[in-house]
Amino acid sequence: MRLEIDIRKTLQSGDRRFELEAAFSSQDDLTVIFGASGSGKSLTIQAIAGLVTPEQGRIAVGGKTLFDFHQDINLPARKRGVGYLFQDYALFPHLTVRENIAYPLRKAWYLKLSLDDLQEVAEIMASFEIAHLAASYPAELSGGQKQRVALARAMIKKPSILLLDEPFSALDSMLRHRMRMELLEIRQRFDVPLVVITHDPADVEVFGDTLVIFANGRVEEVCGRKKLAAPENEDGWRTKVCWRAQWKKENLVAQNFAMASGI
Amino acid sequence: MPDLTPLWLTLRIASFATAIAFVFAVGFAWLTARFSFWGRDFLDAILTLPLVMPPTVLGYYLIVVWGRNGWLGSWLNAHFGISLMFTWQGAVVAATVVSFPLLFKSARAAFEGVSTEYEQAARILGDTELQVFFRITLPLAVRGLLAGTMLAFARAMGDFGATLMVAGNIEGKTQTAAMAVFDAVQAGDYTLANTLVAIMSVVCVTILVMTNKLANRGRAGR
Repeated sequence: MRLEIDIRKTLQSGDRRFELEAAFSSQDDLTVIFGASGSGKSLTIQAIAGLVTPEQGRIAVGGKTLFDFHQDINLPARKRGVGYLFQDYALFPHLTVRENIAYPLRKAWYLKLSLDDLQEVAEIMASFEIAHLAASYPAELSGGQKQRVALARAMIKKPSILLLDEPFSALDSMLRHRMRMELLEIRQRFDVPLVVITHDPADVEVFGDTLVIFANGRVEEVCGRKKLAAPENEDGWRTKVCWRAQWKKENLVAQNFAMASGI
Repeated sequence: MPDLTPLWLTLRIASFATAIAFVFAVGFAWLTARFSFWGRDFLDAILTLPLVMPPTVLGYYLIVVWGRNGWLGSWLNAHFGISLMFTWQGAVVAATVVSFPLLFKSARAAFEGVSTEYEQAARILGDTELQVFFRITLPLAVRGLLAGTMLAFARAMGDFGATLMVAGNIEGKTQTAAMAVFDAVQAGDYTLANTLVAIMSVVCVTILVMTNKLANRGRAGR
């Protein structure tokens, strides 16, 4: 699976100006975009999903061009065939778990689901172990359950890529570890490439076959796992240290920036 | 048994006025809640103006626009030979304008309360903009919209000044309950006045209680 990104986008709000200049590509099925908050990583996956339109550049997933400024291509979000897991899941509060998962299958609100579709919804609920929650509303679910429902909803249309925005930040640390393992299993089962946005080094260790480091709206570094796990790195130990250092540095930069701008 | 014609007329006028106001208010509310464009605050102010202006001033504006020689009124008269002045349809126009801001304000707040993240999620899951509106935005805003609709209905039922300016006070034709109360008191017919006042009060209190219930449940979530 090849992911190619080369985009520019400027955000202006009052006197504040943010420039995103993101260019990287990944061949791996597990890609982590790592960076402090405000480094532009969320904006980047929003651009992949079609929620944000870049001013320039190109986005291609698995050989399919989703956006190309020069060729005047800009597929609307509904036609991009990507899955997206929102940070707080964005489960529709007025619909039950079953209705949430069936949402992408229903062509119009007044049409009933076909038997095949119902079957599909039942199967995916069973495979995510949420069948017993079918009639519950999102407000009644725990964090882990919400995440499973959101994943089931994102996967039911078999997306060509699954984008995850800080997928574990809303969970406590015990659950975090378990959901990481579940996500890896989902990747295997559905054979879908993942792009995970995170500022948690632990996610990098699990999902970072290709690692893209963002800082201040730019890609600072792109590296593959092979490089990370080179022998002289002593099984990635140095890498981890590297990570933490990088993370701390970014946090410091962010804090200094926050202090300087008086937030 | 006192003559209740004004009451039925009031209900008819208020129903039509609320329905018309609903369509426009939802449209403008969605526009101002979801898009930022040049002149948005000004548009919001203009649309809210009927809430604070004296009803007679409002009525005067309506005459300027819809009167026989008005901007739209002359056109209506020339092409269809109809005039809204001194008809119950004219009263509907007046009631629509006075009740519109209540619906518009509630609808805008309701739409702004719907997180755009739900709409984005729906887009990614394959919805067109129209589907997003009818499957996500509208259902999630429905409590606020209903509350606004009921407030608007109550306001439309009680209008006096603007309706008087546009539709006059013709017994059996444009005389609404509010005007009938005025006439009854002037004429010393306290039986009629008391009956109408009692009915209007009960209807309005019921509407307000229901509106509060809706608003509270909306806050508590599901």
